[in-house]
Amino acid sequence: MIGYLVRRLGGAVLVLFGLSLLLYGLFYLAPSDPAILTCGKGCTPERLAEVRHAMGVDESIWAQYQHFLTGLVAGRDYSSGTLTRHCPAPCLGYSFETDQPVTKLLLDRLPVSASLAFGAEVLSLVAGIGAGLLAGLRRYRWLDRIVNGLVLAGYAVPVFLVGLLLLLLFCVQLQWLPFPTYVPLTTDPLAWAQNLLLPWVALAVIQTAAYARLTRAGIQETLAEDHIRTARAYGLPESRIVWRRALRGALLPLVTLTAIDLAAIMTSAVLTETMFGLPGVGQLLVGAVNQIDLPVVVGVTLLTGLLIVAANAIADLLYAAVDPRVELR
Amino acid sequence: MTDLVVEDLRIRFGETVAVDGLSFELPAGGALGIVGESGSGKSATALALLGLHTAATVEGRITFGADDLTALTERRWRQVRGAEIAMVFQEPLTALSPFHTIGDQIAEVYRLHTGSTRRAARDRAVEVLRQVHIPDPARRAASYPHQFSGGMRQRALIAMALSCRPQLIVADEPTTALDVTVQAQILDLLDEVRETTGTSLLLISHDLGVVAGSTDRVVVMRRGLAVEQGATDAVLVAPQAAYTRELLAAVPRAKPPRTIDGGPLLRLAGVRKHFRQRRRAEPVRAVDDVTLDVRAGETLGIVGESGTGKTTLARLMTGLLSPSAGTITLDGVDITRRRGGSVQMVFQDPMSSLNPRRTIGESIADPLRLSGVRDPRPTVEDLLLRVGLTRALYDRFPHQLSGGMRQRVGIARALAPRPRLIVCDEPVSSLDVTTQAQVLSLLEDLRAEFGLTMVFVSHDLAVLRQIADRVAVLYEGRIVELGDTAEVYDQPQHAYTKELLAAVPVPDPAEARRLRALRRAQVTA
Repeated sequence: MIGYLVRRLGGAVLVLFGLSLLLYGLFYLAPSDPAILTCGKGCTPERLAEVRHAMGVDESIWAQYQHFLTGLVAGRDYSSGTLTRHCPAPCLGYSFETDQPVTKLLLDRLPVSASLAFGAEVLSLVAGIGAGLLAGLRRYRWLDRIVNGLVLAGYAVPVFLVGLLLLLLFCVQLQWLPFPTYVPLTTDPLAWAQNLLLPWVALAVIQTAAYARLTRAGIQETLAEDHIRTARAYGLPESRIVWRRALRGALLPLVTLTAIDLAAIMTSAVLTETMFGLPGVGQLLVGAVNQIDLPVVVGVTLLTGLLIVAANAIADLLYAAVDPRVELR
Repeated sequence: MTDLVVEDLRIRFGETVAVDGLSFELPAGGALGIVGESGSGKSATALALLGLHTAATVEGRITFGADDLTALTERRWRQVRGAEIAMVFQEPLTALSPFHTIGDQIAEVYRLHTGSTRRAARDRAVEVLRQVHIPDPARRAASYPHQFSGGMRQRALIAMALSCRPQLIVADEPTTALDVTVQAQILDLLDEVRETTGTSLLLISHDLGVVAGSTDRVVVMRRGLAVEQGATDAVLVAPQAAYTRELLAAVPRAKPPRTIDGGPLLRLAGVRKHFRQRRRAEPVRAVDDVTLDVRAGETLGIVGESGTGKTTLARLMTGLLSPSAGTITLDGVDITRRRGGSVQMVFQDPMSSLNPRRTIGESIADPLRLSGVRDPRPTVEDLLLRVGLTRALYDRFPHQLSGGMRQRVGIARALAPRPRLIVCDEPVSSLDVTTQAQVLSLLEDLRAEFGLTMVFVSHDLAVLRQIADRVAVLYEGRIVELGDTAEVYDQPQHAYTKELLAAVPVPDPAEARRLRALRRAQVTA
């Protein structure tokens, strides 16, 4: 078990290392010179050279990458003549566009994205598993049909449409909810939930559909298994068969999916964040891409990588906890 | 005690009639066997006895004590199932929940029916596990099914069946997925359980040898009908119905020995195959130092149970695997360097070894195309005829054929490149007895016709006795005994060979009882 964790951690470090190398390669090959943008209009060649030096892009790719790694561990300084910008460890780079260290930008926005992701995930798990079970147990044929229809609709409807409709209905027409703005959980939990409710719903739609479909298929498949027949042959009541014998097997595939979804939403809920004006990581990424703020792009991508790798490891641990057949070696 | 009386049982799946007017009686404490091939309706009958049919209409009367089992409420059924009638299923791996410990699963059933305390239920689980001879039952009750071997899982299922002291145990093919020695142990256990608890036993099997020693009455079923029933001794010794005689005739028998004068064709010298395991220092020694000659023109049988390395050995012989050490030569040429299909293989499962999306003809034509034949169709059609199929099957797909027909296709495919040696890996073990007999005689004919040399790998000693000239007994990757078939069967030298031979189910009830007594003597000794 400990050995497994150590190996897993080692693997994760390797993956992130490779990812950062790849990103740096792309960064270096990028046709646009970030220094020109920073330098602005009326930039003289001398001034440009200064800026390039300050940004650290005048060095070879290896030197740059080395500095990047040093920055991660020990922090680094960006200095141009009189002005020195300090980027404390773990330094993922410095955004000259916004004049802030990338790590700070990410940390500012992570709570927003995490709030969004967790809420949406909880909502879609509850709704998805519930709907999937209702349909999968097929107590009523029409219920199965309705759920199937909704699943299809959930897949098909774009997030922005759902979002706009929700805003229109609840904020404009009925005025039940305020227009979403982000209120930190620590400041006011009720306002936090009230403001995030619509984004959660909008984001949960597709996931709910996916979980409902998976649950439905899972429960039907499990109920057709031999050990369920054994349980029936020994007089176990149907409710007990479903809850005690079938559910665990049926929900196993959801473990991995949920963990990875959770990680993915943190950095990629761009549409939802934009529509509801939530200052999350997704928005940060889009802004950075538009501004060619490459350090931020690298930072967000690495964060995504870290989250996905961590989510995978957690999913594997959960899997082993739920399924006695899985041995972590 | 309770008698089971089945009268005019009819089971239909839509338009298909699975059981068509079956009647039989099983007195309390008795043992009844139902024998039939696939599609005879024996399993449908078993499910009806527990009211487990969901898609079928069940008509007729099944009287069990005061109950008519065809007219029970779901509530009453739940009381009967497990407590009065308990079932033992075929697949011990999948028949138990993978998420709960063996002990918990047994205890849950016991608690459900007796309303006992958790503690008492756990004690009962350990008690029945001990009764079915699970070693260290108190500790093993906490194991999950995947931590048990196949035989132990089947014991655990039998323990579950015993837990509520039922009056009837229905065992549907309880030993089909098991090795022959384990099968004998399970059958002996069922017999012992019946003796000690006084429960009745309904034993369902495709194998006459399985019911011969374990039942006092037998019903022979075919296509939903009982073609014959009576005392096991009478039915199996002097069968009245033509079908019963056919079944008995299909049981493999010893053949007169042949003299083989061919020189060695395939030579294995010091062959080993070790598989490295992830993060384990010790590799699995699947095949461990095998030296063996296959003589031209002979049929060499290789017998062993699961895990003895027989499939690995078969694959090594065909060059599908290369040995970790030692050499395998065909006519003096290293097998892995040979081209041109001089060694071919017939696989166990004809369904999964044929591509489901390609026609039969295309599959057989593959090796011919490889060797440059432009229009293989005439040759393939000829091969289809030779293996007892029709030309028209060329354009059919595997799922449109029966199991026996598919295995014939597998044989035709192996013959296509005109091989000198055919390695058959359990070619008849998934087939019904009568189909098995047909395929065996086909292989025999083809061997003579094409002048083939055959290696026949099987777990089934009876089959090998019929087809093999010499037999090699494989145990833990080594050949522990090798000799002419008659010699090995009549005077086995190695302890494992003796154990195997004593475990073979024989359709002669008297002989079956003698072997059981022999096994019991071995156990007590």
